[in-house]
Amino acid sequence: MSFPVLSTILFAPIVGAAAITFLPTTAGSTIKKVSAASMGISFLLSLMVFFGYNWQTGGMQFVETLTWLPEMGASYSLGVDGLSAPMILLTALIGFAGVFASWRVDERPKEFFILFLLLVAGVAGTFVARDLFLFLLCYEVVVIPIYIMIILWGSSKRVTKEYAAMKLTIYLLLGSAFLLAGILMLYLNAYPAGARTFSMEALAQAGNSGALSPEFQKFAFFFVMLGFGSLLSMWPFHSWSPDGYAGAPTAVSMVHAGVLKKIGGYGLIRIGLLMLPLGFKFWAPLIAAFGVANVAYAAFIALVQKDMKYVVGYSSVSHMGYVLIGIAAADVIGINGAVANMFAHGVMSALFFAMIGHIYHATHTRHIPDLGGLAHQMPRATVGFFLAGMASLGLPGLISFVPEFTIFVGSFKAFPLFAVLAIAGIILTALYVLRVLADVLFGPRRTEWDGVHDLHGADWVPLVVLGAFLVGFGFFPSLLMDVVNSGIEPLTPLLVKIKTAATLWGGL
Amino acid sequence: MNFNALMLEMAVALLALLILVADLLMEPGQSRRKLGYLAIAGLTGVLLVSLGRYGLQGAFFNGLFLLDDYALFFKQTFLIGAILVCLFSLDTVDNLPHSRAEFYVLLLFAVVGMMILSSANDLISLYVGIELMTFSFFILVGYVLCETKSTEAAIKYLVLASAASAVMLYGMSLLFGIAGQLSYTALAKGLTASPALIVGGVMVLSGFAFKIAAPPFHMWAPDVYEGAPIPVTALLAMGSKAAGFAAMVRIFTEVFPGTGYPWPLLLLLLSGAAMLVGNLAAIPQTNLKRMLAYSSVAQAGYLLTGMLSGGFAGVKGVLFYLMIYVFANVGAFAVLTAVSQHRNGETIGDIAGLSRKAPVLAVTMTVSLLSMAGIPPLAGFVGKFFLFSSAIDAGYLWIAVLGFVLSMVSVYYYLNVVKSMYLGAPADDRPFEVAMPVRVTAVFAMAATLAMGVYPGPLSQLAEVAAKTVFK
Repeated sequence: MSFPVLSTILFAPIVGAAAITFLPTTAGSTIKKVSAASMGISFLLSLMVFFGYNWQTGGMQFVETLTWLPEMGASYSLGVDGLSAPMILLTALIGFAGVFASWRVDERPKEFFILFLLLVAGVAGTFVARDLFLFLLCYEVVVIPIYIMIILWGSSKRVTKEYAAMKLTIYLLLGSAFLLAGILMLYLNAYPAGARTFSMEALAQAGNSGALSPEFQKFAFFFVMLGFGSLLSMWPFHSWSPDGYAGAPTAVSMVHAGVLKKIGGYGLIRIGLLMLPLGFKFWAPLIAAFGVANVAYAAFIALVQKDMKYVVGYSSVSHMGYVLIGIAAADVIGINGAVANMFAHGVMSALFFAMIGHIYHATHTRHIPDLGGLAHQMPRATVGFFLAGMASLGLPGLISFVPEFTIFVGSFKAFPLFAVLAIAGIILTALYVLRVLADVLFGPRRTEWDGVHDLHGADWVPLVVLGAFLVGFGFFPSLLMDVVNSGIEPLTPLLVKIKTAATLWGGL
Repeated sequence: MNFNALMLEMAVALLALLILVADLLMEPGQSRRKLGYLAIAGLTGVLLVSLGRYGLQGAFFNGLFLLDDYALFFKQTFLIGAILVCLFSLDTVDNLPHSRAEFYVLLLFAVVGMMILSSANDLISLYVGIELMTFSFFILVGYVLCETKSTEAAIKYLVLASAASAVMLYGMSLLFGIAGQLSYTALAKGLTASPALIVGGVMVLSGFAFKIAAPPFHMWAPDVYEGAPIPVTALLAMGSKAAGFAAMVRIFTEVFPGTGYPWPLLLLLLSGAAMLVGNLAAIPQTNLKRMLAYSSVAQAGYLLTGMLSGGFAGVKGVLFYLMIYVFANVGAFAVLTAVSQHRNGETIGDIAGLSRKAPVLAVTMTVSLLSMAGIPPLAGFVGKFFLFSSAIDAGYLWIAVLGFVLSMVSVYYYLNVVKSMYLGAPADDRPFEVAMPVRVTAVFAMAATLAMGVYPGPLSQLAEVAAKTVFK
């Protein structure tokens, strides 16, 4: 058996967390080094997986399978395809950057890094799982560390951190209650008792072969949509997201906005589209409509926010709207764009939160009217902030231009009206992003910020690694798009098959 | 007379009598800790012997008492629960003002009652088991004589449990009146659809609902849980409930199907009510024992969904869930014992700041509560998976959806405890001393909850073996 790359990516943070439990509470710098080392291993291996993934042959690669719970039909089986390879890279990348963005956490560092590493491991697990039971296990694991991290290391602004943490937790858990019910129905109905399995391939096979009736698919997909929709902050289940991000410590915001949310989009494709294709097609117009609501509604709210984290929080809700529209288009180009956009948004929002975290640490405020002219005192942080902002409004040459463009191309055929509305949303995005950049970074020098520290030491790491991907994948989009496409292209027969299936209402 | 079938019960009863005699031989002022160790060692011995008894089929006294894998699984559940309760109650018992040895004796008799219940195959042995267990609990609940809360709880329990027993007994007499027989096999043949069957069946069900604390027969639980000494509460929460289920599953799968008694509908209502009442009433509680009482009402609701299908998968789920519930309960109550000894109280304020003073206990509490909520990778998740999937498979989708949603609601009040432990400031600066037995119990319960969540295979296979014997 070859070297278990994916298991190592998954277990390196867990082993790191276990090692930290044996360190004394006072050994802050050792704890951070252990965390960085374990995330570093994951990151390097995930780079190897992403660039080593052979997109010309496609399919599941780096496969590992172990017997786990045969009587339930669940196995410990891992693998990546074109859909999950970018996601696992994103997870490890943000996890790695997150450790360095938390370098200045000196209050109870032991608990912080243990929980953070467990959180990253849980997220990574959902993306490499080829077994639905394993996916569920990892999916729910992540919520509790987040709750504890927000109440302990978060910050209270517009709402208290306790409120924000509980709101986020309850929203996500209620969503997951519906998701669990939907997945159980799927599991029980796909195969007769005795032959039941959690294998994602087998369940997708059942969904595609007609073993599941269209009525059942519509019913079960609704549950799945509620679950993944609330995780992806789909309107109207989005309101936990800005509050949660604003309350959370920097690294949690980075992981949550950057990659945890993406489990929603990933699940909609991997479970919703592949296992319940007719249900997916039926509800797609509703998802697209919600997506437009995400784009427009959240963008308008972002325009008037005074707290930087709320701007980015609402902006992430708004960006998820594009992802939803792209997925709902049920078209190879649209889904390609959606997956690529999830990656792009992940990198960009992680960078955003890292820079905001730094500015907050230095100035002790996130209130936009109090800030201004920081480019004078913090030129390095300005670079990062500016890069993230430009990527957010989709500047060509940065990571998110090609994915967004692809989404519009893909969705225009299916939902012309929604696509036009969503494109109009870009103008709003530009407005709120430029407003924040102008008010925070530019303008006359403010003397009260003269003494603040710019990025130094460990602060460089998030900017450099995230910035590298932001620019690198912007100039060479094929690095990303080829891998993504190798996962989506094989869906063509399925997408053609459901093209004429019943929908909630016709295309708009 | 096949005394071999009754061996485990006899061993535990003898152990209880041995402790009673040994107590008389000891000096009055002497610590009774050794007797506690004796009880633990004896129970462990019985547990080890019981491990080798799978596959045995035995009946005693014309089928009054049945030994099969199903009964054995439950007996082991009770024994494990009792061992762990004895372990973390050693220090509590040491601090009792009086009758310290009798605590172990009564506890063992309660366990004997539970063990008989799991083997009951006849209304008479069912009743004997229930009463033996309940009588022991009457005394245990009011064990601390000069404490008003404890005494109040004991009186409440005495009055309500007696009423419940009377109702159940009347129901049994109706069933006997219809069938003219008492044994389950004869009842299954003899019962015919009639209004008397429904009345009798509902009365028997009420008796069980009282034992498992399902609404509207759950009112005693919060008060009794609050007043009783913590180890007794722990045993009441898991042992009494598990024993109730042990007897209930057998009677509902062997007697009532095919008689025209609409039990699935009644169980559906009970289950929905238990989940709703338990989870919603637990939210405003500030006393952790009361909160755990309501949470145990909710757990009864989850367990009842497993009985709805009346099939193999559901029974397996019930068995699995009860075993892991023992560990979650022991973890939570062991931590509560330590907190209560330190603070002399068990409110959410008393547990504040526990993560700074005793991080291991705080983690144990978190793990135990989250397992009850069904968060993976803890054992509760797999347990709920078994229960709810059996309900969905039998066509009861919405009760499972309700169960999932309310499990997530329960996270709210469990996390409030977690918040208090991690965020709250400690109420005093005194060093927090954790007695070794409590620490051992807590760590063991936590490890078991984690292990059975990540690798539920062995326990689930064991539960499968046990459940099979009910459907022979």
